[in-house]
Amino acid sequence: MSKPILEIKNLSAGVEGKQILKGVSLTIGEGEVHAVMGPNGSGKSTLAAVLAGRDGYDVTGGSVNYLGHDLLDLDPEERAREGLFLAFQYPVEIPGVNSTYFLKAALNEIRKHKCESELDAMEFLTLVKEKMKLMELKDDLLKRSVNEGFSGGEKKRAEIFQMAVLEPKLAILDETDSGLDIDALKVVSSGVNKLKTKHNAQLVITHYQRLLNYIVPDFVHVLVDGRIVKSGDKNLALELEAQGYDWILKHV
Amino acid sequence: MSTATETIESLVKQEYKYGFVTDVESESAPPGLSEDTIRLISLKKKEPAWLTDWRLKAYRHWLTMPEPTWQFVKYPKIDFQDITYFSQPKPKSDAPKSLDEVDPKLLETYEKLGIPLRERGRLAGVAVDAVFDSVSVGTTYREQLAEKGIIFCSFSEAVQEHPDLVKKYLGSVVPHTDNYYAALNSAVFTDGSFCYIPKGVRCPMELSTYFRINAAKSGQFERTLIIADDGAQVSYLEGCTAPMRDENQLHAAVVELITHDNAEIKYSTVQNWYPGDENGKGGIYNFVTKRGLCKGKNSRITWTQVETGSAITWKYPSCILLGDNSKGEFYSVAVVNNMQQADTGTKMVHIGKNTKSTIVSKGISAGRGQNSYRGLVKIQKSATNSRNFSQCDSMLIGTKCGAHTFPYIEVKNTSSSVEHEASTSKIGEDQIFYCNQRGLSTQDAVNMIVNGFCKEVFKELPMEFAVEAQKLLGVSLEGSVG
Repeated sequence: MSKPILEIKNLSAGVEGKQILKGVSLTIGEGEVHAVMGPNGSGKSTLAAVLAGRDGYDVTGGSVNYLGHDLLDLDPEERAREGLFLAFQYPVEIPGVNSTYFLKAALNEIRKHKCESELDAMEFLTLVKEKMKLMELKDDLLKRSVNEGFSGGEKKRAEIFQMAVLEPKLAILDETDSGLDIDALKVVSSGVNKLKTKHNAQLVITHYQRLLNYIVPDFVHVLVDGRIVKSGDKNLALELEAQGYDWILKHV
Repeated sequence: MSTATETIESLVKQEYKYGFVTDVESESAPPGLSEDTIRLISLKKKEPAWLTDWRLKAYRHWLTMPEPTWQFVKYPKIDFQDITYFSQPKPKSDAPKSLDEVDPKLLETYEKLGIPLRERGRLAGVAVDAVFDSVSVGTTYREQLAEKGIIFCSFSEAVQEHPDLVKKYLGSVVPHTDNYYAALNSAVFTDGSFCYIPKGVRCPMELSTYFRINAAKSGQFERTLIIADDGAQVSYLEGCTAPMRDENQLHAAVVELITHDNAEIKYSTVQNWYPGDENGKGGIYNFVTKRGLCKGKNSRITWTQVETGSAITWKYPSCILLGDNSKGEFYSVAVVNNMQQADTGTKMVHIGKNTKSTIVSKGISAGRGQNSYRGLVKIQKSATNSRNFSQCDSMLIGTKCGAHTFPYIEVKNTSSSVEHEASTSKIGEDQIFYCNQRGLSTQDAVNMIVNGFCKEVFKELPMEFAVEAQKLLGVSLEGSVG
């Protein structure tokens, strides 16, 4: 088995006293793509939020090891600087803050953390141009304020573009397919596929199977009521698509 | 309450960087206000009789006025007999004739503040008049400006050397009867800056006055008068700081601007008086009257202010649009943190035909601060085809602060139009988390979000100062989320 990046053991967590995750275990190794699927309210987005360190979630049990760190002990920005990236389901708008400026500040925080020299404006622009070609992105998005006035598709594309620039070790894609039409879905997925290497990993969270036609996972996990009830390869996703979540529930 | 909210609320604990005291020997009048105090000030400044009389007239009028109470700020009653109205660093000789004769401690003070006055270190392209307590200690680049016929000097010097200009314009925009604090200022003002740009001259550099209150218990009452004659143009910046003291100090200034035909004045303020500590102890009461008169046709006055300091800020830089086709603009960022209070805005009075005004106000409240925008747009019957656009945005950081908006609109003709837009937003935990998730610290995230919010105003500031203002905003809000 490849070297693990993330090891989740028996993780329980909730919001305002309500238990949502009830003992999730999952190990993700280098070079792997994992998909977590599940019906609405099963705890998919909670899992993403807890891993990224969002406030307001109480971890009530279990542990998460990330590259040898106790992940739950790190602040959200420390997790990000250690290479954990969350592509948001609903990216927020930050009016007046230029996208390029924002991304440069983010990249330089990560570089500083790795004891690498910060990029100046020229070096950064060169990098951005290169990545833009890769992502087939129009450069006017970068001239605008962060996510301000972006369409749903533009927001998701901008998230993947940020991922391309920041080169995370572990990328968590939280329902990246929601609100995308089929063309946008193709562009976003092909971007994600291009960013896959032997050394990083992706955790794709989705409700529908259709995203997995474009981002092919090595492992599929089905999350129901805060527990992973079944794991398998990509065929599990197809089975789910054909038979629905009820089928899984009957077999648990 | 989630931890994020607590986090946001604790982001405001940063020491005031300019809180030091300069140890200079100073000469002060005893505290207290009477006709004798005023005569003493006038005598010390060797003023002509007409000015002494003008001061006394103002004083007598002030005595008849009640202290205003309509503003949305709270403070204990000011004891006007407990204030020192005149304080000046003791001159070595009678009066310093050049910067070489100025007490080196004063020059050091300005260097510490980043305002070098000596020839060697001067700010390139910016002429500075430095006012320490009540007295101007030096003005840079005077000779170069004089070659173009520009007068830029301390108010006291202007009274001596250009009495006709002073007599003609003093009180012509803000009369001595205007309001309580303007009347007080007219009676006891001590110094300030004076600037005259002659016909057709574009001032080749930024002009700037840097105010510093040093002495304890003293009030600062300066008077600034800027006149742009036909077709003249000038950009002017004022900055200010004060030591940290436990008692409150009063700053009641008056600024008058006059533009003749086709003239332009751009007046920018970066106000960073000591705001008091986090419990609201100490700090400056900044009660200032600023008004510009667009006297000539096609003239234009722009006020840009970044208000981060003072325990209480209470001011409305205004424009009287008298000349046809004249333009008034007001761009403001006002920040309150901890226990600070601000009631600020503008008045745009349209009198001439086809006059235009623009108001962009950004209020940021953090800690337990209270921030009010108060603005008047008045379009008189004579001001046909006039236009106003106002935009007032407020941002709240945390849950214990407040933002208030008091717009007043009076339109007396049917050919004019007035637009008013207002918004209130809260720095979202979502926005901060988003930035955190990209590796940015919460402090950097708040700075970035706030600067984005103020962008429309910052772009109106002269380049060099826009950078300063951004930094200042960062410092002012440091500790308000953490």
